[in-house]
Amino acid sequence: MVAAAPDSRPAVVDRDAAPDFEQILEFTRNYLNYNVLQSISRIFRYRSRRPGVHSWGGGCASAPFSGSLRSHQPNPDRAEERPVTSARPTATGELPSQDRGAARAARQAPVVAALREILPESGVLHHREDLRPYECDGLTAYRRLPLVAVLPETVEQVQAVLRLCSRLGLPVVARGAGTGLSGGALPPEDGVLLSLAKFNRIVAVDRDNRTARVQPGVRNLAISEAVAPLGLYYAPDPSSQIACSIGGNVAENSGGLHCLKYGLTVHNIQSLEVVTIDGERHTIGGPALDAPGYDLLALMTGSEGLLAVIVEVTVKLLPKPECARVLLAAFETVESAGTAVGRIIAEGIIPGGLEMMDNPAIRAAEDFVHADYPVDAAAILLCELDGTEREVEDQIDQVRALLEDCGATEVRLARDDAERIRFWAGRKAAFPAVGRISPDYYCMDGTIPRRELPKVLARTEALSREHGLAVVNVFHAGDGNLHPLILYDANQPGQLEQAEALGARILELCVEVGGTITGEHGVGVEKIEQMCVQFAPAELAQFHAVKAAFDPDGLLNPGKAVPTLARCAELGGMHVHHGALPHPELERF
Amino acid sequence: MVRTMDDPAVVAIRERVAAAAASGTALRLRGGGSKDFLGRRAVGEPVELGGLRGVVSYEPTELVITARAGTPLAEIEQVLAESGQMLAFEPPRLGAGATIGGTIAAGLSGPRRPWYGAARDHVLGTRIVNGRGELLAFGGQVMKNVAGYDLSRLMAGAMGTLGILVEVSLKVLPRPAETVTLVQEASAAEAIERLARWSGQPLPLSGAVHVDGRLHVRLSGTPGGVAAAVAKIGGEGDGDQFFDAWRELDHPFFAPTDGGDTDQLWRISVPPAAAPLEVARGDGGQWAVDWGGALRWWRPREACSEQAVRAAVSAAGGHATLLRGGDPDGEVFHPLAPGILALHRRVKAALDPAGVLNPGRMYSDL
Ligand SMILES: Cc1cc2nc3c(=O)[nH]c(=O)nc-3n(C[C@H](O)[C@H](O)[C@H](O)COP(=O)(O)OP(=O)(O)OC[C@H]3O[C@@H](n4cnc5c(N)ncnc54)[C@H](O)[C@@H]3O)c2cc1C
Repeated sequence: MVAAAPDSRPAVVDRDAAPDFEQILEFTRNYLNYNVLQSISRIFRYRSRRPGVHSWGGGCASAPFSGSLRSHQPNPDRAEERPVTSARPTATGELPSQDRGAARAARQAPVVAALREILPESGVLHHREDLRPYECDGLTAYRRLPLVAVLPETVEQVQAVLRLCSRLGLPVVARGAGTGLSGGALPPEDGVLLSLAKFNRIVAVDRDNRTARVQPGVRNLAISEAVAPLGLYYAPDPSSQIACSIGGNVAENSGGLHCLKYGLTVHNIQSLEVVTIDGERHTIGGPALDAPGYDLLALMTGSEGLLAVIVEVTVKLLPKPECARVLLAAFETVESAGTAVGRIIAEGIIPGGLEMMDNPAIRAAEDFVHADYPVDAAAILLCELDGTEREVEDQIDQVRALLEDCGATEVRLARDDAERIRFWAGRKAAFPAVGRISPDYYCMDGTIPRRELPKVLARTEALSREHGLAVVNVFHAGDGNLHPLILYDANQPGQLEQAEALGARILELCVEVGGTITGEHGVGVEKIEQMCVQFAPAELAQFHAVKAAFDPDGLLNPGKAVPTLARCAELGGMHVHHGALPHPELERF
Repeated sequence: MVRTMDDPAVVAIRERVAAAAASGTALRLRGGGSKDFLGRRAVGEPVELGGLRGVVSYEPTELVITARAGTPLAEIEQVLAESGQMLAFEPPRLGAGATIGGTIAAGLSGPRRPWYGAARDHVLGTRIVNGRGELLAFGGQVMKNVAGYDLSRLMAGAMGTLGILVEVSLKVLPRPAETVTLVQEASAAEAIERLARWSGQPLPLSGAVHVDGRLHVRLSGTPGGVAAAVAKIGGEGDGDQFFDAWRELDHPFFAPTDGGDTDQLWRISVPPAAAPLEVARGDGGQWAVDWGGALRWWRPREACSEQAVRAAVSAAGGHATLLRGGDPDGEVFHPLAPGILALHRRVKAALDPAGVLNPGRMYSDL
């Protein structure tokens, strides 16, 4: 890929940041992230089948994951049959209609005609097969086709599209790379899917102020690659970073492996250009470290595309740490591993990365990538220390002593970069490794106060037995973000539903111990019911009022992220009935 | 400690706000009064929040502290220091009475801010009473939480115009093991140039202020890391006092002027590498550079046209707050673009539809 001009003050790097397939494959092989590899090959397969349709950013093709490496992925043959929206209101609040022919065409025609006045013909997709890539995001169990998909290339076109949607009362859903795991980019059946895939340029890199202005469709990793010659990088590093877009990162407030020390997306951006549903363009934040007025930048971050469409992002860049070393420690109990995490932090050390895996995760990863993990350990911790050489040196002995003191049966320091990468390879490959031992898995995303870890893992195990499905745990231990992976087989009738039910119980458990239903993947359509558990009606009403301040007619990404009060009221009885929340009167903070 | 929702003081606040909303009575929120000087003139019936006191929970290994909003900032910092931790945004107290609620509402951050983040960056959760008198909880006590809109961070810097903070949860960090301050001779332009260079390298910077021809640099981290950085940067060693005083605006630079015809103090936020600003003709008054370049303090010698100052600052990509010495009925904060102001009005109406919370304290029409 082209690098940024090495000596640039506001250097303009006018280049196409669209991914280079070979490079992504290479990277993916190195990092063994098969989930991403799978989704990328799907996309490219699709692309090569239909030249002319620019489908980068389209995550769903009709022939998705092959082999056994599938994430939350029902049998593709069944996927379409599954009435995914039957329990979920569509944009208009009605159940989806099944008409596939004339009625749909009749609704499409005027919309397509109006859009063609705004966009070039190639920028308006409406044939069923052209819409296929947009029917779902990374949560592939939920699928539906939009009425049309548009691929604008300029901000003016985005403005015109939104103005049109506003005028016609059409729902509109923004889409980045479609790697979201909560169904946030699930298209509106009766509306427009707005892909930002063509906004893929790094507009400018400002070395002296350590910022980069990028279009929303630029991939997360492409930013760090472009500024690497300057000794800088963009800190948030979701595991999907070779594929996910910065616009999607902002919309989800994505995290990564290093966010305890370096923060989430919200801590690493400086300003946004957004377009509201009325077609108005606004600058939120600015070139200084803070901006006058309300912190709309924070409000916009993590708003899941419900408040505005992001058309440009100015990210902060950090100097690359001089060095990074990784320790791997094995423990006989999950508790002692948890205690070790607390002790490291109490000692005043904030590791660059601090990850935990339980025994099933260790075994699956070891079988898969042979990272030389201790397969008999109940848990392992990976602790990465980064900073200047001297800082890291100062901390390694301290951390090693602490780990041993907390009962680690073994502590290994990666001798060189190759070994460091091998230690991480197991962790990074945890999801696909689990994909090898189970036909399907469902990735959860709760956050808990770390001290509750033993309790939450024990209760998760009990729930797992109750639902008859195994659970494997990987954990961003530093910041309390749990990713339980529920193993199931979508070909077995009822298992998908069981997996979802078990997932819901785990999230409710997270809330019960003082945590949250989503640490980084967002609510989307997936966790909308658990929002009723986490928030009281007055709080949800407040969210709706804020939404209305930006989008009074509720056209942007309707039906996502915040449930209606009516829906929660309906569910209220059910939750109490299930005993998931025995004391709804208790404080939920 | 009683639960927040049952705390009689909280119940009283809710009733007070609900009644005020019904009758359209403006309420003037007040914690410890240390920031009474900040912003536009406060109007309305006073609501004293200093009574909502106490640390609700604090577990050092979770890196989170939760406290009632009226808890003195000094008490919070004391509790954290006992466990070797700190509020990394280094909030200025600006008076003995400063409360944690007022600190977050004012959103001010000290010299550590460019490297450790601002007040808003450390907010994890809040309980607020909105303009309808409803007690609402947003965010939480965990590091990562993306459920619902981030209304907690929205409270930071909103000057109490969107809700009354009754409880806040903040991320805290360990105090660095070692801190060293160095001083070098430099002009403002040289200082800005050096800071841009150093900020692009992995150095453990935790403060950088240029004033009176001297650049003060603070380094914090492990003993070895700091020693290596000291060797790299160079300069004379200095004590901690400079940054302690600077944070509290206690340095002579901020002292009331003698002889000049104005006592204005401007706080000007700009891109860090921006060249020294020229915002007025004639005797330019005194300047200081803070936040590694990203914050400029200005003490004009003569009263100047606020509009002219703001135009010059806008042109440099920044914004200017008349922190002291302005007209409390004029605009103190930088004017907002019309579209952004319209969004502000709608956000304000969403949280405080009757407009009773600190009306006009931030902008005349919010
Ligand atoms: C294998 C794998 C690993 C992952 N690992 C992580 C991880 O470690 N950490 C993490 O946080 N997430 C992770 N994710 C989730 C996902 O990658 C992130 O949520 C990512 O930020 C989504 O970006 P996207 O471009 O794919 O967004 P999309 O999926 O296209 O969209 C996500 C949401 O953002 C909205 N949106 C997208 N672009 C815009 C825009 N320009 N303006 C307004 N709204 C917009 C959409 O409407 C939707 O609601 C992972 C996903 C996968 C598949």
